[in-house]
Amino acid sequence: MTAAVKTHHLSKRYRRGRWALLDCTLTLPAGKVVGLVGVNGAGKTTLLHLAVGLLRPTAGTISVFGEPPAARATQLARIGLVAQDAPLYPTLTVADHLRLGRSLNPGWDHETAAARIDRLGLDADQPAGRLSGGQRAQIALTLAVAKRPDVLVLDEPVASLDPLARREFLQGLMEAVAARKLTVVLSSHLLGDIERVCDHLVVLADGRVRVAGDVEDLLATHKVLRGRRRDPRRLPADQHVVQASHTGRQTTLLVRTDRPILDPAWTVTEINLEDLVLAYMAAPSTPAERPAVARNGVHVGR
Amino acid sequence: MIEFRIDSRSGVAPYQQLVHQVKQALRLGILREGDQLPTVKEVVSQVAINPNTVLKAYRELEHEGLAAGRPGKGTFVTRSLAGASLAAHQALRRDLVHWLTAARDAGLDDDSIDALFQTTLRAGTGEGVA
Repeated sequence: MTAAVKTHHLSKRYRRGRWALLDCTLTLPAGKVVGLVGVNGAGKTTLLHLAVGLLRPTAGTISVFGEPPAARATQLARIGLVAQDAPLYPTLTVADHLRLGRSLNPGWDHETAAARIDRLGLDADQPAGRLSGGQRAQIALTLAVAKRPDVLVLDEPVASLDPLARREFLQGLMEAVAARKLTVVLSSHLLGDIERVCDHLVVLADGRVRVAGDVEDLLATHKVLRGRRRDPRRLPADQHVVQASHTGRQTTLLVRTDRPILDPAWTVTEINLEDLVLAYMAAPSTPAERPAVARNGVHVGR
Repeated sequence: MIEFRIDSRSGVAPYQQLVHQVKQALRLGILREGDQLPTVKEVVSQVAINPNTVLKAYRELEHEGLAAGRPGKGTFVTRSLAGASLAAHQALRRDLVHWLTAARDAGLDDDSIDALFQTTLRAGTGEGVA
């Protein structure tokens, strides 16, 4: 597995602020579409801005294909960004944006960019400020893809789009992934979209990595156990409790384990991605949250 | 050619949904031996899913001997699921009706029957071991 992005005890504190990101150790595999989820203020944008070199770490390190993100111009050329709300220059036309992209980026793929604008049915002489949110997002994506980056970072690219524009945007993004080897890291609150397009997941809460790993491995190694009330501390050592809730008589647990659940007293069910993410977002400090385990999690089943 | 749909709320992994849809089409005779499956690019632009998911689904179908990739051309159906099994349906259905009658005589309602069937099916395939 080649790592596209690697962080080691990465931490970021803004001036006089709290830690926006703390002790974050992650490996994001190359060629994957990585979904970054967490509530507002969890540290998603901070992590993405560190990955593209817009921010510098307060402590720890981050590298993109083995080098710091903003090490030099050739390294910056390998990283594309679609920032939140797809900022464009409102008075410049669509064609102006393409020209700008062409003169600023050495590896610029003008043919594909122009073809894409054409296919979207956009008028190249239209100022960007007069376009709809969906159209602006599509142009931001076109510009970022035409740069031919190795890593494409998108910060909540579809948050403000209507369902149709959202779907069209994701189609465009997935076509770009299919067309060439590209690692994508995107943040989103829309877990349905994450499940559709992502094969790797990172859950952040309070500036820390709660869980990270291959989506299918995560779903396969988490089970919901329901049964008569009992003490979750008396589970086998290889079952890590992520979340526990009790009524007077019943206990419901979300556990992480690589082995089958053999205790016949439990009714075992699979978990879906949404419930898994919500459990990790809500969970207080658990063993799975500690960096050592989160690191293992990345490699589960590999 | 078939069109895929992905149900985000089904709880079934997207690649498995693709595999199921191809198998269903094979069972119903909508896809036949020699038919081409949609290319990865076509599926991706149709349903907006990760290309790796489509590749994984096609690999699974290849592994099960239902499809084969031809370099530079695409993935093609190599075996149908209709036919042979359809012939067996009638006898199996007869057995099932017989079994259902026995179950109702024993006092099971439809939900209990469904629960029993599902747990037995899962136990038989080794999933959901309790």
